[in-house]
Amino acid sequence: MIEYILKPWPWYISGPAIAFVMLLLLWSGKSFGMSSNLRTLCSAFGAGNSVSFFRFDWRRDSWNLSVLAGTVVGGFIASQFLTSTTVVDLNPETIAQLQGLGVLDAGQSYMPKLLFGTEILLQKKNLLLLLGGGFLVGFGARYAGGCTSGHAISELSNLQWP
Amino acid sequence: MRTVLFFLIGILFGVVLFKSEVASWFRIYEMFQFDSFHMYGIIGSAVLCGALVMFGLKKLRVKSILDGQQIRVKSKEKAWKRYLIGGIFFGLGWSLAGACPGPMFVLLGAGFLPILCVVIGSLLGTYCYGAFRGKLPH
Repeated sequence: MIEYILKPWPWYISGPAIAFVMLLLLWSGKSFGMSSNLRTLCSAFGAGNSVSFFRFDWRRDSWNLSVLAGTVVGGFIASQFLTSTTVVDLNPETIAQLQGLGVLDAGQSYMPKLLFGTEILLQKKNLLLLLGGGFLVGFGARYAGGCTSGHAISELSNLQWP
Repeated sequence: MRTVLFFLIGILFGVVLFKSEVASWFRIYEMFQFDSFHMYGIIGSAVLCGALVMFGLKKLRVKSILDGQQIRVKSKEKAWKRYLIGGIFFGLGWSLAGACPGPMFVLLGAGFLPILCVVIGSLLGTYCYGAFRGKLPH
């Protein structure tokens, strides 16, 4: 059993497990959505003083911030105690393609050193790329009113169209 | 008590996201190249099981364990412009940064410090949407 937990989880375990997380949240009378936390955090940091979109009682969504804090701790626990290998079993074509692009640790690590290694913290160009990518994710998620968890999983499950 | 419950649900979510490798930049790259079924299998089976969950909760009129109220799933507004445009921005960012709002916090916990830039960027992006949303087509 423990050996299966330590290995990467296949899609047919992972997908239902995500649906189970949604079930737990719905059962608690809440909804499944991660990106609304970004709005809540903006509000908690005082963005409501300048922009009305953030002027609401962010404490009413503090339950979701607890979920968010849990995901951080979950990431820590999974990476420190529940993982025997950092190898991601990628398609060999993807590996070859990435190595051609200079991403030499493709297939051997969880994240590319080139973008997420600690030494990157000193490289302005990569930091700007991550900052810009994050900006688009935050902007786009709020523009669309939700991200992967809220839109793709909750709403498709709810058979909502469009 | 409630805080602890939600915190535990979050831990489960974080572990699932890490172990399923959806938080891995490589898996996202591979997905965008259409080189693997893994990510599509995850979202597909999550939606399939999610639909069963939704159907069951409604059919059985399940009540919330916390306040005893009947569970209702709020529908999002009917629109297409904001979903289309927002989705395009989101996808661009997703492929650049290689992380969406759940996994970025998982990666923070897993100790990949540069992900902090993505988190800060996403907060700035959210703030900018809030500031300019009156001028954007929805």
